[in-house]
Parts: sequence; C-alpha cells; structure tokens
Amino acid sequence: MAIIETKNLTYTYPGASKPSISDVSIKVEKGEFVLITGPSGCGKTTLCRCFNGLIPHFYQGELTGEISVAGEDTLKHHTYEMAKHVGLVFQNPENQLFALSIEKDVAFGLENTGVPREEMRKKVDWALNQTGIYDLRERSPHEISGGQQQRVAIASVLAMEPEIIVLDEPTSFLDPLSAEKIFEVIYELNKKQGITVILVEHRLDLTAKYTDHLIVMDEGKVRFEGNPREILSTEETRLIGVGIPKATLLYQMLKKDGLNLSGNTPLSSEELADQLLETLKTK
Amino acid sequence: MSVFDGLKFRKVHSPIHNLDPRIKFVYVISIFVVAILFAQIIPLLFLFVLQIPFVLLASVQRQWLRSLRGAAFLAGFIFVVNVGTDYFTSGYLLTAVNVESAVGLTLRFVVLVESFSVFFLTTSPDHLGLALEESRVPYEFAFAFTTAVRFVPVLAEEAQTIMDAQKARGLELEKGGLLKKIRNYVPVLIPLIVSAIRRSLELAEAMESRAWGATKKRTNLYALKLHMGDYALLAITIGILVGAVYVHFYVPIPTIVHLLQHKSL
Amino acid sequence: MIVAENVHFSYPNKVEALKGVSLTIKDGEFVAIMGQNGAGKSTFVKHFNGLLKPTSGKVCVDGVETTKTSVAALARNVGFVFQNPDHQLFSETVEDEIAFALKNFGFKPEVVEERVTWALNLLALTQYRKTSPFLLSGGERKRVALASVLAWDPKALILDEPTIGQDHDQKEILRQFIIQMQTQGKTVVIVTHDVEFVAECNPRVVLMKEGKIVAEGIGKDILTNPDVLTESSIVLPQIAQIFMKLSQLGLPKNIIDIYEAEKIILNAKESKPVK
Repeated sequence: MAIIETKNLTYTYPGASKPSISDVSIKVEKGEFVLITGPSGCGKTTLCRCFNGLIPHFYQGELTGEISVAGEDTLKHHTYEMAKHVGLVFQNPENQLFALSIEKDVAFGLENTGVPREEMRKKVDWALNQTGIYDLRERSPHEISGGQQQRVAIASVLAMEPEIIVLDEPTSFLDPLSAEKIFEVIYELNKKQGITVILVEHRLDLTAKYTDHLIVMDEGKVRFEGNPREILSTEETRLIGVGIPKATLLYQMLKKDGLNLSGNTPLSSEELADQLLETLKTK
Repeated sequence: MSVFDGLKFRKVHSPIHNLDPRIKFVYVISIFVVAILFAQIIPLLFLFVLQIPFVLLASVQRQWLRSLRGAAFLAGFIFVVNVGTDYFTSGYLLTAVNVESAVGLTLRFVVLVESFSVFFLTTSPDHLGLALEESRVPYEFAFAFTTAVRFVPVLAEEAQTIMDAQKARGLELEKGGLLKKIRNYVPVLIPLIVSAIRRSLELAEAMESRAWGATKKRTNLYALKLHMGDYALLAITIGILVGAVYVHFYVPIPTIVHLLQHKSL
Repeated sequence: MIVAENVHFSYPNKVEALKGVSLTIKDGEFVAIMGQNGAGKSTFVKHFNGLLKPTSGKVCVDGVETTKTSVAALARNVGFVFQNPDHQLFSETVEDEIAFALKNFGFKPEVVEERVTWALNLLALTQYRKTSPFLLSGGERKRVALASVLAWDPKALILDEPTIGQDHDQKEILRQFIIQMQTQGKTVVIVTHDVEFVAECNPRVVLMKEGKIVAEGIGKDILTNPDVLTESSIVLPQIAQIFMKLSQLGLPKNIIDIYEAEKIILNAKESKPVK
C-alpha cells in the first residue's frame, strides 16, 4: 500500500471563494523522494498542510475527498497524532525554533509526546548528528545562520522518527550554497534512513536530479506527475511557469537545432556537459 | 536605561550563576519579606550589606552599581515624598526622627531593587524558563515566557528594519510636536504588530506539527538538580528568616537618633 | 552618482561589517552586489541613502556627502525597496500606501493623485486601488511596496534580495521591469545571491566577502571565474558550469547566456570536431 494516497482531495480555506486545491489524486510509495513544484499560488503549500493534518484540524475550512497518510485517515486523527508519522519543515527558519537552546528545540516534539529523558537524550543526539549540527547544540537559535537554523528544524522533526518528512520550500531564504547543503542532508536521510521525502521547491536546477517522481501543480490541480525527465521537456510545463533547469532548456534547444545528443533528458549541468563532450568529440 | 542594565542577564560562569534559580528566588523573596518586616535603618543596612558578597562572587559589580544609580532617582523621590508628608502633616516640623524613618523607607526600597537585581543578573532566561517548567506553573506559561525571551532580539531587529524601511520613504521620526511625533510611529507600529501576528501563526503551525498537546504529561530534556551550593544558600536563607523573626520580636533596635542622643549624653 | 571611498563601518556592538570598501556607480548603471549572507552587502547599500553612516571614509550621492544631509533628503533620489514588503505596509488602502512617501516629500495633493495613478498602472495594481494591502497575495504585496517607492520617481533604485520567494514567471517580470527602469535612465542596484537571475541580467557584478569587495567586473567575467566565486561562497550559474567542463575542448569559458551557449555549441559541431 502506498504510504500517502489521496483521492479527489479538495480544500477551501474558511472564507475563500474558491478551493485552493481541487481533485488532487496522488500516490506516494514508501521510501520515495518526491518533488512538488508549480507557480506561486498553485496549491503546493496547501497540499503539504494536508499531509500532517494541519488541514483540516488547524485551519478548519472544507476538506472533501479521501486522504490516507501512513495508513491513517488524517481527518480522523489530530495533528499531534499525525506528528508521529509525518514531520513538516516550513519555509522560514526563524519562526520554527522557539527554545533558547538548539538541543531543547530538537527535543521539543519528544517532550510533547512524553518520551522519558534517557531515550530522549539518545534520539536528540542522533538527530543532531544526522544533520551535522551536534556541535551547535548548546547555542541559541539567534546566533546561528539561516542554513543552520533549517538544519535544526529538520533535526527537530527527525528526532520524532517519522516515516515521512515534508519540506515546504525550505531554502527560500537561503543562499544557493546553504540550499545545496540542505538538499544533501535531505537526500542522505532518504537514501540512508529510508525516510519518504516530499520536497516542495522552485529551484529545480538544484533538486530535480534527486527525484524520479515529480508532481507539477497549477491553480490547485495536479497537471503532471511522473518522471521529471519527461515532464520537464514539454512545452506545457514551461508555459505553466515552472523554472526548468537551464541545462534541460539548452538540451531541448540543441535537439531542436538538430544536434544529436545521446542519453536521457539531462536534469543537471554535469549530465548535459557529459553528453556534449561525447557529441563534440565524435565526428 | 541604566536601571534595566541592572536587570539584564550576563553569561558568566560563577558559583552564583550556577545556583538553582528556584532557591535563588526563595532567597530573594525572603529578603523581600525581611525588608518589609523592618523599618529601622540598622537592620536594613545590614540586609543591604548582605547582598555585596553575592555580587562580588558573581562578578557583576559594574552592572549592579549601574542599577543602583538607576534606582537612586526613584529612591530620592521616595525620600522626599516621605519627609514632605511628615513635614506637612506634623505642622511644618522637620524632626530627626522623621528624617530617619524616611531614610529607612528609602533604604527598604533600595534593598528590594538590589536583591532582585542580583537575581536577574545571575539567572539566565533558560534557567528561569527551566525553573518555571519544573515548578507547578502550567507549561503554557513557562513556554510563553521562554518563547517571548527567545524572540526579543528578533523583534528588536525587525523594529529597526521597519524603521529603516519607513525612513527610506521619507518618514522623519523626530520631526514635529509631541502629537505629530506619536503619529509618526504608526507606520512603524502597524507592520510590527502585523508581523508579530503572522509570526505567531507560523509558530503555532510549527508547534502543532511537533505534537503540541499530545499529552498532559510532558517530559523535559533537562532536569534541575540541587547541589551543595543550593543547600548552603537555603540554609543561609532560613538562617536569615529565623534571625529576622527573632530580632523583630525580641530585640529592640535603637534608632540612629537615639544612638546619637545617647552618645552626646 | 554614488561614490563610496574607503568606507569602514562598525555596528554598535563593535563588529566591523565593512573594512574599507570603495566603489563608484555611475548614473544609469545596473549593478548587482553579491556575496554570502553576512558579507556586508546589505550593510553597504544602506549607506547609499544614509540609513547608515560610515565610521570612517565617506559616501557621496550626487556629490553630496551622506553625513551632511538627512535620510529623507537622500531618499528623494535613492529609492530603497526592502526584502520583505510586510515591513513597510501599514495603510488602509493601496492608494494610501503609495501616497505615503509622496506626502512625506511634500508633493502637492494634485501631484500625489497623479503619481499614485501612474504607479498603480505601472505595476498593474489599478484594480486594487481601494483594497487593503493586507488582503493581497505575497506577490501583489511586493508590487505594492515597489509601486510605493517608484511613485516618487527616484533617480536610483536599490532592491534588496528582490528574488526571494518568487517563482520563475515573477522573476522574469522583475527582470523585464529592471530593463524598463534602465531604459528610463535610472541607476539600479540589486543585492542578491541568486546567480541564475544575475546571469540572465548580465549587469556589472560586485562580489563581497567579509566586509570587503573581492572582485568586480562584467557579469560574464565574474560569474565564470570559479576561484573568485568559491572564495565568496557563490555557485557558478548552470551554463557556466557546463562550459567549465567543455573548456577542455577549447571552447570559451565565460559563457552565461543560454542563447550564446547554443550558438557556440552548434558552431563547434559544424566546424571540424575538436581533438
């Protein structure tokens, strides 16, 4: 059974005139690394909130359709129950950290669920190590950089050992180098710990290479779902306003010009460079 | 602002800083109670001098003196008001006794400020928050406290940014009469408030997503343990309380005026 | 237009944020100031409208030293759009928001009315004239903030991290907008760490690191110099990354534009294959 499955999911915020997402039906298998993208306002943030129960429990409003996350119907389980299965990392690093020291923040979720101190200590240290911030554990959140803050946010969600981690544009406020580090951490967690990852991002040039399950949304609906190499080469995707990686764009342009490039549609500059080297070296 | 300087925490490692905040608080409350118990100069002076070894042990002399300076204004005010009322109510008589009692009341105020100052100077907000969590106070309050402290520097920075943004649109905060000056701050206050509200919403989302409210039996990563020093302070506190009660009921305390009169005899 | 001479700046907490920065920005230039978070970029540009005054050295805007005049006077010529529009918005209507600065600068009511209408038009906000800015979406609020700065038609425009949180289309609109400002002869300065965006605009690039300028020149040259970029913790733009690898075939390294890349590669294929 899929770890996340939705059928015709439709949600309207209280007081809104039209739904933010409509008829969303997707399936995510255990251990996948899923990338969700789309122009501003397409409903990706709303969809994230559905995965851990913030919608409908925190936001109220109207939710119709079916949704099952880690085997649970989110409509029937409160957010604090879903928190055991799904961790959600938000866009703004500063507003996710509330304790006066890093390790207390990472422990927050465990404290809330009444985990005994010994066990808590172990899990906190583990999470800190997984995200590479063990040395920062006694610092206060205001002293560290945005990239480090986001790693704390990831650690604090990781400490609860969820099966799924959802990240809603976690690198919006970060510079490209810090963003890359975050993606590497997430990728490691997916590969080594087998945690299912759902990443919402605009920066496809940095993230498309990690996934083989891409979901493109527009105006509340899922427009495309499947392999990024196929989806990102179509004209329709470009017209929606998705930020296609430059390497992929160049590849399409060269192909149209008649250049013979072997291999799949590239998602990164390394891939295209290798293809070009091959083509240009042969007669 | 010097009064507030005396209340800001400093990150120093001293035996006083490491003491359990709950015990420190009990100590401060006891000083408070004892100070109220007496109105005479001698015991109050004694209480005041009692703070000094703590201040020195904690290496916070400079800040403590700064808070003294800040309190001086208010202290002077208290003194003048007391002397003044006595003067007017006793038919324009300025007696030594009245002056002495005014000094006593002023001293009482100073002792109160100073003991609280030592407490806040040597107790980190983390420690305070932890003490609140471990006490019977409902977790929501302890959480509200630590979160507020955590965001103070963030809000301060944001206020500065907002002021800069509005100044860059030609807002001149210093211009105009009092009323205009107050109105000038509206473009600074509104974004600040809106931002605070937005921030609270994001915080609430993050909290919910990390199982806030999952159980009433919250556990804690840290634990406050009592050490030798804490017991020592507790003993000192009890000693002071007992001594104070004894002296109050059984030992007559001479006033300075009295002493001076006897001396001259 | 803006001349900075050996500017040193330290914050009250004694941290030295700028360690001797000198830069000249001519009228009508388009400059991108880049560098890691904490390099001093925002600190530096805040000297251009007097929000910050140098601890030593001097900054002259249009020949006037910033220490000799007020922020409001400087702001008249140098418009500053902050990163977060929510740090500015406070009025009941979009109209009032845009009129705010105009009133501060003492424009007559008729002129205010004119300018507001003009700014609303420019940024496609006319239908929101009487709407509360707080009810608008993130992207719309950004446009309101921009409109409120453009309304008084400053000679120079400084944009602090304008691409954060913007999707692809929004960035494209921003890019077109900057070109439009340029054709009107405005000086435009952006502070950003978005290499791809800068690569598309190809302005003059100034790289900062730890309070100093470590490199400056045309985008094409700076953004394709890997040593200089790693020093300031900036990633090469994608097209440049590709050409880094292709350089072993003798192809030029300083390519950042996708159309130029296309031409060069096709030419390389047409001519005798290399090696």
